[in-house]
Amino acid sequence: MINAFKRKDKKEIIFDIFNTCLMIFICFITLYPIWYTLVLSFNDGTDAMLGGIYWWPRKFSLESYKAVFQNIGIIKAFGVTIARTVIGTVTNVLFTAMVAYAFSKKDLVGRKVYLTIGIITMFFNGGLIPNFLLMKNLGLLDSFWVYIFPTMFNFFNLIIFVSFFKEIPKALEESVMIDGANHFVIFWKIILPLSAPVIATIALFTGVFHWNDYFFGVIYINNPDLQPIQTYLYKVIAQATSNQMLMNAPGGISKANITSTSIKLATMVITTFPIVCVYPFLQKYFVKGMLLGSVKG
Amino acid sequence: MVKETTLKNCTSKLRKKKKINKFWQKLKRQKELQIMAWAGIIWMIIFNYIPMYGIIIAFKDYSIIKPISEAPWVGLEHFVEFFKDENFYMVIRNTLGISLLKLIIGFPLPIIFAILLNEIRHIGFKRTVQTISYLPHFLSWVVLGGIMINWLSETGIINELLIKFGVLDKPITFLSEPKYFWGIAVISDIWKELGWSAIIYLAAISGIDPELYEAATMDGAGRLAKIKYITIPCIQGTIAVLFILAVGNLLNTNFDQIFVLRNSLNQSMSEVIDIYVYRIGIQSARFSYATAVGLFKSVIALILLIIANFVTKKLKGNSLF
Repeated sequence: MINAFKRKDKKEIIFDIFNTCLMIFICFITLYPIWYTLVLSFNDGTDAMLGGIYWWPRKFSLESYKAVFQNIGIIKAFGVTIARTVIGTVTNVLFTAMVAYAFSKKDLVGRKVYLTIGIITMFFNGGLIPNFLLMKNLGLLDSFWVYIFPTMFNFFNLIIFVSFFKEIPKALEESVMIDGANHFVIFWKIILPLSAPVIATIALFTGVFHWNDYFFGVIYINNPDLQPIQTYLYKVIAQATSNQMLMNAPGGISKANITSTSIKLATMVITTFPIVCVYPFLQKYFVKGMLLGSVKG
Repeated sequence: MVKETTLKNCTSKLRKKKKINKFWQKLKRQKELQIMAWAGIIWMIIFNYIPMYGIIIAFKDYSIIKPISEAPWVGLEHFVEFFKDENFYMVIRNTLGISLLKLIIGFPLPIIFAILLNEIRHIGFKRTVQTISYLPHFLSWVVLGGIMINWLSETGIINELLIKFGVLDKPITFLSEPKYFWGIAVISDIWKELGWSAIIYLAAISGIDPELYEAATMDGAGRLAKIKYITIPCIQGTIAVLFILAVGNLLNTNFDQIFVLRNSLNQSMSEVIDIYVYRIGIQSARFSYATAVGLFKSVIALILLIIANFVTKKLKGNSLF
């Protein structure tokens, strides 16, 4: 009897050790590419070409970052990204929540029809070309608003909002209703302040979408002044834009020890920095949103 | 007699009138709510339903100068053209190849990861692993593509290490060689989504009744036995639903990913349906033909979803609808 227990213990200890090692390994392969990129971006560009850098910069240098920040194209692209993230997130949350508030009322005339109209959009869509033609006909091609209007509403988020609004006690609204407030006032003054947790979750997902999206910039935008940072980065990575940045670098190529690779790396680090910074603090909201979405879906 | 019927008629008419009146009053009372709801409906009509209507150009010869309604009908001509196209075989092969590999390798891994992570007893360590494993999900594909291109380039760290350890004699430019593309696409996808996809399974596991485990311990079951006989059977339903969804998504090779990693040299293995639609539709402006290709994809995807749903229903009794 005792022997049997011991054998099991041994087996379990081996399992535990193996499992812990595996998890550490997964963490390592997840983090190392990001760390390596960071290290290379802070290393002198020409020196990095020699290879052999794995853990720490060999010849520390900020030249690549200086070159990036002196590039007007990048500054503009950052401006576009920040603008679309802020405006896009605020409009999406407010508009979707407002429609959801109406949809959450059980006695809304036509509620069933409205919900069906929405549910159909979750399963069918026009696809790339009809969407492109729509943007063209709406005059949204090469316009900043192409980032805002088509992403302003999301039926998936609406369902999450509706299930949250249903939990809010009716008595709260009714007390204000007697004072003669209309639904817009109730929505703005009562419902929104009470919905902070769900707003945070949805705002985060929308914000990350806007920050990371490069597709809209590639498909709908030709004007380089209107492309977001991810589209700019895509062009730097996929095409030879970085050579142009080299020419704009202070003192030309010969003086500053930077290469097209080191500029790409620096741009990547700057682009990712805000996400990595906010991520650890907001992780629980992301996870909550993911689970909410999957339960409803 | 006559009087009675007319009276009845009158009252029913009155009731109807009252009903209609009530309806209008109700509508009037919720005027603001209706405005809010209709703002959403109008948005959906413009941004969801008009593109759905736009699909009909797949059966027409649409040119940008005239409105859709004036374009002549051509029936299935564009579909036939796609089937006869020399690229047809390549595009379908790449789409299915990459997607099937992602499904076969990428689908079970998050399940295994979630089960193993659940076996970690140290709560702090478990949380740390979770936090780290979700992180890549929030990086954009552009940044990730940039990292991949950097690593896989001729002077990149992969070649450097392979040469250092004597595996290779001279560097390979991995992304320029078509034969490596599928592997690169599958591995980078797993790297990015492993932790994030595990969330649902972790939630499902944490929802299992602890009494089941306690009872198993009393019966002398080890941890591996508990995984096999409790954890896996309990999350089977979740696995089945996610599997159906994954099969329905089979033809949606990740556009964002492939678009960054592809180049003119690896095109023969990286050209998937979505990329093809983009190239012929947006770049060559053959709108009708590209829409037909896109529609073909959606129809096949729908059929796959229905088949997967049917099969899992028969096998396990779990289904989506």
